[in-house]
Amino acid sequence: MATETTDAPVGACVDAGGYALGMPQLCADWIPNQIFWLILCLVAIYFVMSRVALPRIGAVLAERSGTITNDIAAAEELKQKALEAEEAYNKALSDARVEANKIVVDAKTDIQTKLDAQLAKADEKIAAKTAESQKAIAEIRAGAEKSVVEVAKDTAKEIVASMGGKADARTITAAINARMKG
Amino acid sequence: MATEGKEEGGLVFHPLDQFIVKPLFGDGAVAWYTPTNVTLWLAIALLCTVLLFVVGSRGRAIVPSRVQSIGELIYGFIYKMVEDVCGKDGIKYFPYIMTLFVFIFLSNYLALIPMSYSPTSMIAVTAILGFGVFFAVTILGFVLHGTKFLGLFWMSDAPVILRPIIAVIEVISYFVRPVSHSIRLAGNIMAGHAVIKVFAGFAALTLVSPVAILGITAIYGLEVLVCGIQAYVFTILTCVYLKDALHPAH
Repeated sequence: MATETTDAPVGACVDAGGYALGMPQLCADWIPNQIFWLILCLVAIYFVMSRVALPRIGAVLAERSGTITNDIAAAEELKQKALEAEEAYNKALSDARVEANKIVVDAKTDIQTKLDAQLAKADEKIAAKTAESQKAIAEIRAGAEKSVVEVAKDTAKEIVASMGGKADARTITAAINARMKG
Repeated sequence: MATEGKEEGGLVFHPLDQFIVKPLFGDGAVAWYTPTNVTLWLAIALLCTVLLFVVGSRGRAIVPSRVQSIGELIYGFIYKMVEDVCGKDGIKYFPYIMTLFVFIFLSNYLALIPMSYSPTSMIAVTAILGFGVFFAVTILGFVLHGTKFLGLFWMSDAPVILRPIIAVIEVISYFVRPVSHSIRLAGNIMAGHAVIKVFAGFAALTLVSPVAILGITAIYGLEVLVCGIQAYVFTILTCVYLKDALHPAH
């Protein structure tokens, strides 16, 4: 209590022991001080926010979303490219298959025509050979007939002679001719 | 009160002493310019703002650091709030609302540090914030819409007989806004801190001290919630009032 006089300059809101009298919130002595420093602090925070922090964070967020969008777009593009490549691959595969089939068919027809030609040629040769052989056989046969007639005449003349008859050449020939016909 | 406490044998309650404004250097009268404990904790709030939003984001990293991502989280949260409540044309007031939110949020949480000072528990501080919002929004409403801003009080879709009555109620509620806006914040923070102090006073009695410590812990946990919620409530109400100024038609 003795110190009351020395504490008096502290204000009307604090008692001698340094304890609050009533609500410190309502102490009129302190209000201008709080208002002054509060406004100073708010202005400072506002300038920090509006000049430095918010544009920077906004830029970072925009950049991030931009990067993400770009990356997604790039991924989409790459996917499209992969699909196109797959399509091209499939097309090339089916083209190659068609081409192969065509080549096979071509080769088959080629072989067939060649084969046919060779066969025809061979047939021709065979026919020619056959005809030649036929002719030779006919000649041989004709030759053989003539020989048979001669041999038969001679044999018949000899037989007749040996049997003691006189063989008339004309009769024998006629007889043999008749036999040969028969 | 002090002598009373001494007589009761150590059970001393001075729950409001934590709100006393003291000069930082020496002890004289508190003039309007004297650096006080209020100044100190306002400066710490400012420092935390700088650390969180400027130093934290100095890397401008696409993949954010931890502090940067907290800053971005708060930015995104308030940005979305302003956009959702006020619409696209409210975005240009985003820095002001962000300033309010960050200041209240940081002051509330810094006040939870033992031995700290809580500027947002002072009615002078919150009244400046609340009336600042009130005057800014009212002036903005008249600047943007002229006398059409008064349409805010005239319910054109109500029955004609009821319109004057509703207008009176609307006007009264409009002028009560800054009062409730500021007292809500100061009251919540002050009450929480005072209750913690009361529990702390009971801790002097050996018999009840475990209960008192438990009580302090419980109220502290509650205060952690209240600090965030009050910052959020103050900000979203500011957005709602701003919306009224931007789009006064009901």
